[in-house]
Amino acid sequence: MTDSSKSKSMSHSDRIAASLKRRHAAETRFRLYGISAIAIALIFLVIMLGSIFIRGWGGFFETQIELTVDFSRQIIDPEGTNDPAVFARADFRKIVRNALKARFPDVTKRKDVKALKALISKAAGYELSHLIRDDPALIGTTQNIWLPSSDEVDNFMKGSVSRDLPESARRIKDIHVGWIEELEAEGALKSTLNLRFFTHGDSREPENAGIWGAIVGSTLTLFITLILSFPLGVMAAIYLEELSPKTRWTDFIEVNINNMAAVPSIIYGLLGLAVFLNFMHLPRSAPLVGGMVLALMTLPTIIIATRASLKAVPPSIREAARGLGASPIQVVLHHVLPLAMPGILTGTIIGMARALGESAPLLMIGMVAFIVDIPQSFTDPATALPVQVYLWADSPERAFVEKTAAATIVLVAFLVVMNAMAVYLRKRFERRW
Amino acid sequence: MTSFVLAVTLLLLTGFGYFLGRGRALARVNGRARDLHSLPGYYGYYLALWCAIPGISVFAFWLMFGPGVIEHIVLSSLSESTLAKAPGSPEFLYTTIERIADGQPFATTAEPDLEAAAEHLKSLRQTSLAGMISAVLAAALCGLTWSWTRIRPQMRARNRVEHIFCLFLMGSSTIAVLTTVGIIFSLLFESLSFFRQIPILDFLFGLNWSPQTAIREDQVGSTDGFGAVPLFTGTLLITFIAMLVATPIGLMSAIYMADYASPNLRSVVKPVLEILAGIPTVVYGFFAALTVGPFLRDIGTSIGLDVASESALAAGGVMGIMIIPFISSLSDDIIVAVPRSLREGSYALGATKAETIRKVVLPAALPGVISACLLGVSRAIGETMIVVMAAGLAANLTANPLESVTTVTVQIVTLLVGDQEFDSPKTLSAFALGLVLFTATLVLNFIALRVVQKYREQYD
Repeated sequence: MTDSSKSKSMSHSDRIAASLKRRHAAETRFRLYGISAIAIALIFLVIMLGSIFIRGWGGFFETQIELTVDFSRQIIDPEGTNDPAVFARADFRKIVRNALKARFPDVTKRKDVKALKALISKAAGYELSHLIRDDPALIGTTQNIWLPSSDEVDNFMKGSVSRDLPESARRIKDIHVGWIEELEAEGALKSTLNLRFFTHGDSREPENAGIWGAIVGSTLTLFITLILSFPLGVMAAIYLEELSPKTRWTDFIEVNINNMAAVPSIIYGLLGLAVFLNFMHLPRSAPLVGGMVLALMTLPTIIIATRASLKAVPPSIREAARGLGASPIQVVLHHVLPLAMPGILTGTIIGMARALGESAPLLMIGMVAFIVDIPQSFTDPATALPVQVYLWADSPERAFVEKTAAATIVLVAFLVVMNAMAVYLRKRFERRW
Repeated sequence: MTSFVLAVTLLLLTGFGYFLGRGRALARVNGRARDLHSLPGYYGYYLALWCAIPGISVFAFWLMFGPGVIEHIVLSSLSESTLAKAPGSPEFLYTTIERIADGQPFATTAEPDLEAAAEHLKSLRQTSLAGMISAVLAAALCGLTWSWTRIRPQMRARNRVEHIFCLFLMGSSTIAVLTTVGIIFSLLFESLSFFRQIPILDFLFGLNWSPQTAIREDQVGSTDGFGAVPLFTGTLLITFIAMLVATPIGLMSAIYMADYASPNLRSVVKPVLEILAGIPTVVYGFFAALTVGPFLRDIGTSIGLDVASESALAAGGVMGIMIIPFISSLSDDIIVAVPRSLREGSYALGATKAETIRKVVLPAALPGVISACLLGVSRAIGETMIVVMAAGLAANLTANPLESVTTVTVQIVTLLVGDQEFDSPKTLSAFALGLVLFTATLVLNFIALRVVQKYREQYD
């Protein structure tokens, strides 16, 4: 009896011991799944940002070539009018060509002279014309000037086009490579910070394209978004949280707000196209309309954040204020709202950051046009930073890949700054009651 | 520019109104504020409101309807012959006239009658501007003087100001409803005129998508290219791939974060996942198109598979990464909300942590997790930029993830970006697609929110 029960209990505890091993192995496996899930997400983040950073870092730099430029009066102002309008019409490309010919005097074959042109950016002429516009006294003088190289030379110098490729597979031919090496040896070729990228609008020439137009467009758009969605959102939240009685109507409003938060952004674009453009005849491609559409999109974020931080203010504050004879609106405006403000601002900044990164609704209202000029007002045609990324990503030129990645870095940097600001606000002013 | 100056003037006038009202109220009681019904500031607000509201209303009214009225006047002043000569609709003609009036280079070969119309337009604009300025200022000043005469010590200024303010609050809370109504009506309205040209059943169940506009009346084949089924299957395929990536990773990381991670790890990983959630979708799209697509194609070539560079796999996979933080943060909240007592009961019975999670916590959290996934699906269906940049354009009825497919959102973008003619079935079909998209996400969100609400009530 004792024997049998002993053997039985032994086998039972054996079974348990055996199963315990299995169960602990399962436990370890499960924990491993969790760690690897997090690791995968983080690795993806690193790969994505890393690959964009590696591709885009070069976009902040450019290759320049030093040339001795002869601002010949013959070409710029042959009739001696001294009229800036005449200067502006002058053939500055010819001046660049002459400077190149002077740099490489032994290049005489017609075909090679033509190939020489591919060293310097097509936009170099504009640079010279701006120099003359700013300082007409340069006419007739000879200056050493650093001019931007063409995007092919730039790509070649940055190594994104390999020197080992067969000549037929690259746009920089061996003859160019010879010239580049000659320039390099004489110190007439350098890589510098690409200021043009931060000060110019869009361009068909990658080496001349910049993001300033898109940054201004985004700023104008976000300004409209902010002045519409912040007051409206805060006011709606105050009404729903503090003043309104709980009725079917407010329940209905709440359902609508939750739904608005989950509607795909492109639907807001369709709304903007149908209502703001086709019905109200507001201008296409304008930051005004873009800001209005994004404001509708941001509204639920702000309302939800505001309600949460109003809710966090303890009722004792309200009761004390009311006890001193404040009216309901005075209670809210003088006491509850100031205490809730840090939370509201945090929510607003996060909403603005989302609006800054949003592009789908802007495509619908025509903010995708190719726009060279920097927008001056809320009704000028403009584009936004994320849309500029989209536009450049579609361009066939190789050099635009780098520009796209560089613009993405700028966009992500803006977002990081905004989010860091929100985190700082939350940390600095958050109060636990 | 003029509008901006006018707006600033109106603002200054409003501020002036505040001090005027405050001063007037104090003057009526010889500076003894205690004789007033309300604090002196409220009399100021009263005046300011009476200045701003009429001014802004007239301003908005004029801005909204002024251009339309001018267009009507200009178009009706054109002779029959000009209208007959012009190509396209009167709206197109009006755009040309506007361009001439703005002096844009487009209009080098303008005809004399259009030139005249442009001159007419210019003078009308001048008149309208002058009219607007005087009307806005007149309205503001009238409000100001009228309310100024009404200020009395016993006037209940605070109550009036607060009443108006409350109306404003109420009004802004209805914006959410107005937006939803606006979305539904604009989509329905345009879709209905689409379904008048293309039968709704052909649209929903047709297998061939190649939207064309008939140039001539008798052209064949202009109406049978609107079968949206390939778009629906393409969207579902990409969504399916995305959820295949996002659900396990998102759910497992949520479980780990909720039940295993130390507070330190949590405080590091959570913000990083938030970064992942805050990256604009256009960045994901760029990454998918530039890195992931070619990478998958190269792998495919090396093992002898034919992978399209715009494969559904690339777009769906990257979209899945985008949705991970969404699912993980929602599931995290839900898993944390499962009461401790359930977990502790399970531990007391000797279950390991993993067994507790699998057999107790997850079943309790299941409705919430499902609704998180439904919200993720609705995000994936409505996601635009990733698929626009990384998925194909051609409608392809296939379930092969290595081929290129197109989605509803891609088609909406392609149909509406660039120059479009209104009222052609091609343009209108985008709104019909938008309606389908809106309905699908609405239903998903509604179900998900309902499930979450029901579930929350259980433990509260």
